[in-house]
Amino acid sequence: MAAPTTPAEIGGIGHSVQRKEDARLIEGQGNFLDDIELPNTLHMAILRSPLAHARINGIDFSAATDLDGVVAVVTGDLMDQHGLAWMPTLSGDTQAVLATDKVRYQGQEVAAVIATDPYIATDALELIEVDYEDLPPITTPQQSLEDGAALIRDEKEGQTDNLVYTWETGDKGATEEAFAQADRVVTLETHYPRSHPAPLETCGILADVNSVTGQATIYMTSQAPHAHRTLFAMVAGLPEQNIRIVSPDIGGGFGNKVPIYPGYVVATAASLLIGQPVKWVESRTENLISTGFARDYYMKGELAVTDEGRILGLRVNMLSDQGAFYSDAQPTQFRAGLFHVVTGSYDFPAAHIDCKGAFTNKAPGGVAYRCSFRITEASYLIERLVQNAAYEVGIDPAEMRLRNFIQPEQFPYETATGFVYDSGDYPTALRTALEEVGYEDLRREQAEARAEGRLIGIGIAHFTEAVGAGPSHTYDIAGLKMIDSAELRVHPTGKAILKLGVKTQGQGHETTFAQIVAEVLGIPANDIKVEHGDTDHTPYGLGTYASRSTPVGGAATAVVARKLADKAKKIAAHLLEAAEEDIELASGVLSVAGSPDRSVTIQDIALAAYTNLPEGMEYGLEDVTYYDPPNLTYPYGSYIVVVEVDPDTGVWQVQRMVALDDCGVRINPMIVEGQICGGLTEGFAMSAMQWITFDDDGNCIGANFMDYLVPTAWETPRFELLATEVPSPHHPIGAKGVGESATVGSPAAFVNAVIDAVAHLGVRNIDMPVLPDRVWAAIDEAS
Amino acid sequence: MEITVTINGSDHASDVEPRTLLVDHIRRTVGLTGTHVGCDTTSCGACTVLMDGKPVKACTVLAAQADGAEVTTVEGLKTADGLHPIQSAFTDDHGLQCGFCTPGMMLVGASFIAENPDPSDDEVRWAISGNLCRCTGYMNIVKAIQTAAARVAESSNGS
Ligand code: FES
Ligand code: FES
Repeated sequence: MAAPTTPAEIGGIGHSVQRKEDARLIEGQGNFLDDIELPNTLHMAILRSPLAHARINGIDFSAATDLDGVVAVVTGDLMDQHGLAWMPTLSGDTQAVLATDKVRYQGQEVAAVIATDPYIATDALELIEVDYEDLPPITTPQQSLEDGAALIRDEKEGQTDNLVYTWETGDKGATEEAFAQADRVVTLETHYPRSHPAPLETCGILADVNSVTGQATIYMTSQAPHAHRTLFAMVAGLPEQNIRIVSPDIGGGFGNKVPIYPGYVVATAASLLIGQPVKWVESRTENLISTGFARDYYMKGELAVTDEGRILGLRVNMLSDQGAFYSDAQPTQFRAGLFHVVTGSYDFPAAHIDCKGAFTNKAPGGVAYRCSFRITEASYLIERLVQNAAYEVGIDPAEMRLRNFIQPEQFPYETATGFVYDSGDYPTALRTALEEVGYEDLRREQAEARAEGRLIGIGIAHFTEAVGAGPSHTYDIAGLKMIDSAELRVHPTGKAILKLGVKTQGQGHETTFAQIVAEVLGIPANDIKVEHGDTDHTPYGLGTYASRSTPVGGAATAVVARKLADKAKKIAAHLLEAAEEDIELASGVLSVAGSPDRSVTIQDIALAAYTNLPEGMEYGLEDVTYYDPPNLTYPYGSYIVVVEVDPDTGVWQVQRMVALDDCGVRINPMIVEGQICGGLTEGFAMSAMQWITFDDDGNCIGANFMDYLVPTAWETPRFELLATEVPSPHHPIGAKGVGESATVGSPAAFVNAVIDAVAHLGVRNIDMPVLPDRVWAAIDEAS
Repeated sequence: MEITVTINGSDHASDVEPRTLLVDHIRRTVGLTGTHVGCDTTSCGACTVLMDGKPVKACTVLAAQADGAEVTTVEGLKTADGLHPIQSAFTDDHGLQCGFCTPGMMLVGASFIAENPDPSDDEVRWAISGNLCRCTGYMNIVKAIQTAAARVAESSNGS
């Protein structure tokens, strides 16, 4: 990896600087949403539907209102009187805030109680009687699209069936031609199950609306505070200057804290009407049954290949289960996110994808759970297909990939779906990982083990991700362009404050973004305070999700720091009586080229910016940049997993997990590796145990951490991390996003490993999560 | 009902409803918000505190049950001598990201290394298997607990 260019005490790019956010967190002095207390705060609890599909004939809440300590009971009718019974979603649909006509999924918001104490608010829920009339629940998208299926969205004008959208991309004709030339077609049908990001802190809000001034201060677990302020202004009709969103310390987001949830709207309206702050913090059950789920795609992929193992084309058919409202959090023009990257790391001319979405009686969502909008599904499908193709053609799965990789000299490379990959060296990445894991030896051990009746599997995934949405010509959410910003001020004493439009949820922005400034200006990272999350005190931006902070916000930070460096050089030229072109800036020292003894420090410049300037120059050392990225960035990686499967029980254990990631230039290697370990764990979780499922009545199975299994330290594999570093050519510091790579890339590696252990029996698919009983059944069926 | 709980060395006498959970008592009545709540099924360990030296999940203990007990929360880890070794190890080894699980992890870790001064990777993993982390993938948490154990052992050898 490239060596850092600044000394350790400055802590620029490439140093594993210790995190600035840790000090408060290890002493219990973090400031999470539920830690914030305001005088006279009321507490809200939400009554949720126990049924997946039912008509509401009436709600009797008189007993709840009578309970001591209850201040108000809010129903859909009351919200309707204020025009707030429904709200727009990020995907152009509408979603019920509190149900007025029907409930459409189990866990849907029906009423809310506002009380002086959270225990009382919860007690009062028990006293509300709702008269429900059962309707038939629809629990799969296949049922949903059958003729005669009950209409879930009967309130929606013009909606006559349960179809949400259709979408296609690629060249159908060219793809058909490719398939006509193929020696064989390899098909994989698989379900990427519904999952939930389940950050350890649930979602919540503390709404404080001053009924006299109309000032709304809204503390919220928000990954995108600026976008949320604008959406609040649009939905509630509040003047935007009167809305201040404060997103405090966040206990993990992973996409869960991108949408606006009904509870936020009710709490804000209640605070406005009552004139007191109203707090609502979800329980874990509420979090899992009602807020932003992810995935839930039924996918059929077909790969056209030659007998030599060359890929000629790819065809994909998909059906997504959207739940009761279409509330995917994704750029407007993308109905199935950036699924386009399903062509993966491979060079082939033709692909065609078509996709449908269907309403069901399940929670809405469709968030990008540690994923840049459906890329997890796409990456999974192609890596599973390529592995299966290798078995069919009869060549090694590693060799299959090497034969089809986009070559380093082909970048920038335009894929068959029109995405332009920026940079990479895939063969080096895969070969490095293969060598590290000892691939040849492992294949020998696998053969020997098989002879003894033991099942060892080696799974590979070589993913390419597309992150950093995105260029304004293509990317917006609700019309807002997906740019991001940074504002930098250097104070007279040489210390600085950097304000960001993005918002950390544990990624360490307070440290890494300071490092970017440290790299450019030479101000030590520890002298730079990073502010984020408060819309009154930071410049506009679309927030942190889809690995966009470093690609967009990080780029803005580098650019604004360079603007200040330019001004610093002008001031240095003045102080040193030299020509501006002759001033060089390195590690915080500005010197005259050729005479290094004539120099000033960046701290001298900072003072001069407020005290001693060249004639005509404006005072101060401060600027702001809004960055519109020219392209996405394309991190990639080669992951190899070794498992042993017990043929008698189907239980599988990970023996090794080697993960090579290339995310371009690494700002803070320690933090990058931390992100990768976290992401690999979530990938393992989805492949092994973690899913949200439903019974035929639409009851959510997975409504708490007893049923929704997230891995503990005990189940989680150990990871061996490797890196290569091919910079992004268009990013100002060559960095790419990384927070989600491992979640995107690793599920296929884990599943491929299990399949590889039983592939000789003819097994080609086991759906995620790859539970032991599914493995056992697959072996049983094959043998 | 009247209870007195000693939290981080100070006595807190209060009148609580019998159903009050210890975690709510600590967070809302006493006002120490470093102890977190992450679930409703005793699964996550974010609420872990030490009660008479043993880790308990404070969401599953009534405040009334802690009457007369000595409770240590994350706010009580640091002493006049400075940070507890587990705290500095979590920073040094990047054992936290969002920090929401961290108080619980550190308290379990601190009580564990007091009994097991040289734990293996597996032993640490088993010890913290009642605590969930959604950010780190645990590797650095395990490492931090081992680092803290080694530092404690080193300083007690040296003294
Ligand atoms: S909050 Fe106590 S175990 Fe989760
Ligand atoms: S650091 Fe976020 S849950 Fe552990």
